[in-house]
Amino acid sequence: MSTEDKNTIPCRKMFTDILVELAKKDRDIVVVTTDARGSVTLDTFANELPAQFVELGIAEQNAVGVAAGLVSAGKKAFVCGPACFYVARSLEQVKVDVAYSANPVKILGVSGGVSYGSLGFSHHSLHDIAVLRTFPGMHIVLPCDIRQTKKLVEELVDYPFPVYVRVGRNAVPNVYDDETVEFKIGKANLLLDGNDLTIIGTGETVYHCLEAGKKLHAQGIMARVIDMHTLKPFDKEIVEKAARETGKIITVEEHSIFGGLGGTVAEIVAQSTPVPMRILGIPDEYSINGKPLEIFNHYGLDAEGIFKTAVLMYKTKSNLLAVQIQE
Amino acid sequence: MSKVNKHIIKALQLQAEEIRSKVVEIVYASKGGHIGGSLSSVDIETALYFHVMNIDPKNPNMENRDRFILSKGHSVEALYSVLAAKGFIDQSLLDTYGLFDSKLAGHPTKKTPGVELNSGALGHGLSVGIGMAMAAKMDHKSYKTYVLMGDGEQGEGSIYEAAMSGSHYKLDNVVAIIDRNKLQISGSTEDVMSLEPMRGRWEAFGWEVMDMEGNDMNDIVKTFENLDYSNAKPKLIIAHTTKGMGISFMEKKAKWHHGVPSIEQFNEANAEIGARIKSLNE
Repeated sequence: MSTEDKNTIPCRKMFTDILVELAKKDRDIVVVTTDARGSVTLDTFANELPAQFVELGIAEQNAVGVAAGLVSAGKKAFVCGPACFYVARSLEQVKVDVAYSANPVKILGVSGGVSYGSLGFSHHSLHDIAVLRTFPGMHIVLPCDIRQTKKLVEELVDYPFPVYVRVGRNAVPNVYDDETVEFKIGKANLLLDGNDLTIIGTGETVYHCLEAGKKLHAQGIMARVIDMHTLKPFDKEIVEKAARETGKIITVEEHSIFGGLGGTVAEIVAQSTPVPMRILGIPDEYSINGKPLEIFNHYGLDAEGIFKTAVLMYKTKSNLLAVQIQE
Repeated sequence: MSKVNKHIIKALQLQAEEIRSKVVEIVYASKGGHIGGSLSSVDIETALYFHVMNIDPKNPNMENRDRFILSKGHSVEALYSVLAAKGFIDQSLLDTYGLFDSKLAGHPTKKTPGVELNSGALGHGLSVGIGMAMAAKMDHKSYKTYVLMGDGEQGEGSIYEAAMSGSHYKLDNVVAIIDRNKLQISGSTEDVMSLEPMRGRWEAFGWEVMDMEGNDMNDIVKTFENLDYSNAKPKLIIAHTTKGMGISFMEKKAKWHHGVPSIEQFNEANAEIGARIKSLNE
């Protein structure tokens, strides 16, 4: 794993940079947007590939419907804009025109989660995983850094299912080295091995999970850390294995504590390998104002907060299953 | 499109009556569906599938086929009956409509050959049609996209987002049709939420607007034959129709939006259609 954390390129920029390169070679790639070329970083795409760029103005419902029509007619459409609008305003178009109609549109939701910080709850997207994962055939991916994002875009172009991708607004530290990055939609990555407990993150929380994991290892608590970049289809096996082998699971997500990563993991382990869990996320309240990292810190989603939760959980002896495994 | 003559019109009228009969039959058999709006749209869909559109039931995914989207997806009995008559699906499949695990759902799905979009939620079809029309322009293909909407459906705001984009991108290869039967589930469209001036609204959005007698095969064919697909304007046809068209006791009655005929009403409906078929055959 990389220890370098000086990255200055946001994932949305990496996404569009790669898309420009791919679209120059594949003229069926089309970008659809809703007055969001600045937010998404689409200026280069719009300037260099105007014939493959569709601006629809501030009209997300139409944008998703148009993208479904483009895909239905053979195009590879990426509809790009702020996550908060695409998974709310145009949710029915995502449900019916994209998912139900099996049109493999790629939806890039930028500045997801609490990226917009103090702009407030209207601009936060903390329900997207919970809602979208109930649509059969819809795939959901939250890459954690630019290297994974690059791999993801390459896989997305000809991916035969509709996919919702959520990335944040700001540049985030690298989790992966170029050389070591492995990526396949639906297959989670093991970042750190250990048998004392498991920490599972997705998207921007993965870096914080890894940092917390390293600190725990330094203190002799052998934490396992998993990057669950794909929320659907979900890598059930890696979770069940972690439950069996570590006996305790902490999930960390930039999402409501209801129905997201934690909910998915809980559904799995409760039915096959029940173990104690802690679900870290945004509680049932309108998220506090602040910069994204301040919000992470407030809700215990940064390395420090995860570390504290992990230590407490490790010390809890109420888990007989875990005790038996350790013995 | 072939040259219009009275034989073609008569053949289309006959075809429409046979489809009308099928609509009544499957609604009666399944004890459900949306008969009123299906009957008002039968003539338009018959003309599209049997005269206007470039389609091949043996090759439903033909690349350059014309596209049809039933945005008013609840009028699905008309679409299924047309697709069966045209040979996209087997006539016997219609008998499964409304049954457990039928391939024919109560709103169109792509499981049915010839269906381009799963519809049913209103206000979606035009955007998808705009996307298809845009793709045709990008690929320099000649196919056209036809989208049939309901008049009650015009309450959905997303339609006007689509309308803006259709004229902005000068998509003269897309034709939207409004089945203007003047009734929606709760009553008169003008009482529920006034839709007039419909023509003025669409003209203001930059569309070329035409009025058409939507249950008059002569006027339907004439209107489609005269469309100009190279004038840089998307087209909107206001099809003036009658809800429940062709079954006297259903006509212009909101309760037949999704009414189911009794055995007596079923027989009466068949008698009316049968009489017209007989008269057309004479």
